[in-house]
Order: sequence, then structure tokens, then C-alpha cells
Amino acid sequence: MNKIFEVPMYPYERHADQDASAPVRHKVIVIGAGPIGLGAAIDLAQQGIEVVVLDDNDKVSFGSRAICFAKRPLEILDRLGCGQPMVDKGVQWNVGKVFFDEREVYEFNLLDEEGHKRPAFINLQQYYFEEYMVHRVRQLQAEGAPIEIRGRNKVSAIGTHPDHVTIEIDTPEGSYNLEADWMIACDGAASPTRSMLGLDFVGRVFEDNFLIADVIMEADFPTERWFWFDPPFNKGQSALLHKQPDGVWRIDLQLGWDIDKEREKRPENVIPRLKAMLGDDVEFELEWVSIYTFQCRRMEQFRHGRVLFAGDAAHQVSPFGARGANSGLQDTDNLCWKLKLVMEGKAPESLLDSYDAERIHGADENILNSSRSTDFITPKSETSRLFRDAVLDLSEQFEFARPLVNSGRLSVPCTYDGSHLNSADALAGPEKTRPGSSCPDAPLGDEFLLPKLADRFTLLTIDADAPDIIEESGITVERLALSVKDDKTLALKERYLGDLDSGVYLIRPDQHVAARRPSYDENQFRAAIRRVTGQE
Amino acid sequence: MTDQLTLSPNIEGGDDFYAELLATHEGLSKADSDALNARLILVLANQIGNREILTQALAAAALKTEV
Repeated sequence: MNKIFEVPMYPYERHADQDASAPVRHKVIVIGAGPIGLGAAIDLAQQGIEVVVLDDNDKVSFGSRAICFAKRPLEILDRLGCGQPMVDKGVQWNVGKVFFDEREVYEFNLLDEEGHKRPAFINLQQYYFEEYMVHRVRQLQAEGAPIEIRGRNKVSAIGTHPDHVTIEIDTPEGSYNLEADWMIACDGAASPTRSMLGLDFVGRVFEDNFLIADVIMEADFPTERWFWFDPPFNKGQSALLHKQPDGVWRIDLQLGWDIDKEREKRPENVIPRLKAMLGDDVEFELEWVSIYTFQCRRMEQFRHGRVLFAGDAAHQVSPFGARGANSGLQDTDNLCWKLKLVMEGKAPESLLDSYDAERIHGADENILNSSRSTDFITPKSETSRLFRDAVLDLSEQFEFARPLVNSGRLSVPCTYDGSHLNSADALAGPEKTRPGSSCPDAPLGDEFLLPKLADRFTLLTIDADAPDIIEESGITVERLALSVKDDKTLALKERYLGDLDSGVYLIRPDQHVAARRPSYDENQFRAAIRRVTGQE
Repeated sequence: MTDQLTLSPNIEGGDDFYAELLATHEGLSKADSDALNARLILVLANQIGNREILTQALAAAALKTEV
């Protein structure tokens, strides 16, 4: 039986562009049909912007790879029209157990906050994730949206110009050239685009290897995340067990630095390791084995003229905390509305520099968190190990030490504090909805808040008056009028007003707060609209 | 006023405390003693809690503090 990741999803087909006498110009070309490239393309296409995705392959992700998707990316996927199949298929979990040596030292519960449409996390193989995104692309195409994916179209050269990009592409039938007004490079940590443009990618190398094995088994393990520090079956190293859909389990074993990768990947070497962990009597089948190393690093700038980098191509983190794909989707979420305004001439090109500023802020946060997790999981000095073990020993008996245990600080949405797009906070309200924050969801009877804030600028009024439509410098802002009475659970009040009786929020198309005040003020909100679109 | 690390004598019965500290380590191997010290630092740090004081304490222990 063929696995989904063995079947071509977007096979090579000859395109008329290949027979054109001169290179055809496209609006946007996205390099890479992974989760981030597809996310960017869907975002643009569903807003009517013509986009072509080029991928050197023709299949979805080989093996599960990214498996843990957080609430914020799921909310973004809802906006992109493909969140539901992911959540339907994904495994939800909230209990984690931490083991040290031979003992279970403690258990935690992520205890999701009530009143959000989406859970804190789901586990889902990247191949399903990409499959559902490709389905969404097909659906958009059926509706006539200007989007296409060209499989086995490998970019071999890039030329940058002040107002466009030229691209040479190799296909099974020879090469051809294209031009694009804009290019978004989502071609992964080893980004050929980055290399072709001779751009830097500096950071810290972690000298360690990890074995990933996806095994299919009918096992009694509960749907929990189990993490071992220094377990008897992998002495001096770490291990992780996590459940995916279809009875597939992710096993992650730290191997150390000086190993023979090819040898360790062979089933005759992998299987004894897994048996030592799972027990001799557990029957399992190997679906996918890989060995990874990692670095924590980022590009100095994500924007290079008309070329914009997103996802792992722009920044790379350790896998601890699930901050790779999760942050990449926040990149394109941040980028696409800005690019659209610039392309439509409604905002100056300099608005794109705020993509750099805001997402570099996000990348630095992720690099910091994932580096700290890595330092805890794989201590690199005697003293570092001494304190790590001290924390674990104490955590078994004393609650105070448990927050110091760091087996990955799971991805939370980035708040763009200090961004030039924010207006000064004029509402003495909750911290979590200050300017720069991504809007927390809230229930509205049978519905939720976030789906009502999608794809456009919104003026959210809660028990406050304001015009239904504001036109300012080419930007249209529509009002969403709510009352604390719309949510009997009072989550809307708690998250957006706190102790106040009313509030007015200017919300960006990516559902981040741009400005807030206790009531509507014509001049202040018009200024805020100009500021958030780079016009002031 | 910002929080200040206490660097004047503050331990009740200092000699008793010192003797108890050594007694706790008595008979331990170097590795076990080191581990105990690490745990002790974490227990005490939790008791202090205040991040500013902890930063000052780290600097004092590194003999970097200005007296």
C-alpha cells in the first residue's frame, strides 16, 4: 500500500509559460509547497492575488516531520479555510508526564482555557497537514481563484531587480524563465533561494543528534506527552513519546554527537533501541526513521527588496516547543495582508519593513525559548547538568521546582510589543489584548469571535458607539459591534475590557490589535489606521 | 525604592547555621555534595523569589558586586 507521502499530489505538467517566447510575469511566486509556502499562497489567492507555487518535488512531506500544531496556527488555518479537517483528524492532548532516570517525577495538565474555538494543541503528521492545504488549493482553483502549484519545478537561478525578480526553473522537460513582481521564499532550512542570493544565516549550532522513529502500534499508552530525562533505556540522553493519528507514535531519542548516522538509521539498529523503550512484547511497525541535528539561527533580514523569506528559510529553531511550522505560519499571516496593500498601492513599500521588524521579534523569541529548552534537555557542561538534575530531583517532591523543568516551552502567539504599527495603548484594560497582541478568541453564543475578524481591518466595539464604516487613506475599516451581553461566560469582557465598561479596538487583518481606547475618537482612530498601514 | 540584596549580617545564629551546613554535607562524596549544593541554591532561590534580588545575589556570589 502506498503511503500518502509516496503519491504525487501535484505531478509535473507542462505549462504554457514554458513555451512562451518571452518570460511570463506573475504577481507573486512562492518557492516551496510546504506548510508555509502553501499557507502564503492560499492567503493571497483567497484575497484575489495571482500566485504561482513552485516546488522541486511533487509530493507532500516525506514522513511525519512537524507533528504538533498550536492554537494560533489553527486559528490562522481557519482564516485560510482549512482548519477544520486538521482539527477533525488531529489528536488532542493536554496531559504530559516527566520521567527522570527510572522514576516518573511529575505530571502536568495544560488545562486549556475555556471559550476558545480551537484547542491548545493538536498532533497531526505534516503529510496530512500539507494534504489538507493542497485540497484547499484545489477548492480555490475550482472557485476560479488565481492559484497554481507546479510540481518538479526547481528554481536554479534568481535575479533581483528594483521592481521585479527573474527566475530560471529546471523541469523534467528542460528549463524556462519566469518573472514575478514579488517572490516569497519558503524553501526550508536549507533554502536554495538564500544560497543563490548569497545571504547570511548565522546562529548557534547544537552538537547533538536525535533519532526520530514513527512507529505504528496498537499500544495502551494514553494520549499524553511523555518525556524522559536520562532514562535507563537511553542512558545519559533524553527521549520523547507522543501520539499521532492512525495509531502512529512519534519516538524521539537523543543519540549524542559522535555517531555514525547511516548506521544508526538502519532498522537492525533502530529496532533494539525501540524494544528497550517499549518492552519486548509490544509489536510495532516502523513507518519512518530519520536522524536530525539542529541549529538556532536566523537571517539578519527577512526582506531583501522584492524577495521575502518566511518559515525555516528565514529562521531555524530546535524542535523543542514546536516552534518551527507554528512560527512560519505566523510569518505569512503577518506578511500577506501587508503585501496585498502594497501591491494595490494602498500602502507604501516601507510597510513591508514592518514584516521584518515584527517577525524578527517573533523569531528571536522562538530562538531564545528553544535554545533554553535545548540547554536544559541536553546540558553541555558538568555544571549545567548538575543544576538540571537538581531541578528534576526536586521536582519529584516539591512543586516549586516543576516550572523550571524545561522539556520544551510550547509555542504561544507572539505579541508585537514596540512595533511601529501599534498606537499607544489608551485603554487601561487586560494585558493580553494590548496593542501588538493577537486577539484571544471568545465565545459568542454558538459562535466565536475570531472568525468574525478575518481578512480585513475591523473596528471592534464593545458597548461603544462608532461609525459602521470608516474610510481613511484608501483603507476601509468595518465595524463589528458587540456587547458584553453577547457572551454569557463573560470571557469577552474579561479578555477585552477587564474592569472597564466599554472598549473600541482597531484590529488588523491578521487578527492582531493595532490600537484600543475606551471609546471611539475620530481623529485618534484615523491616525491609528494610517499608522498601521505605514502611512504615518 | 528598588529591592536591595541584604549584604549585612542577617543570619540568626550564624555559627550554628554554618555548622549545620557542614553537617549536612558530612560523609557525602564530592558528586553528592555538589548535587546537594545545587538543590540548596534552588530551594533558597525559590524562597527569595524576587528576580531583582536574585540577580544581585548572583553578582555578589561572582564577587562582582560593588561594596
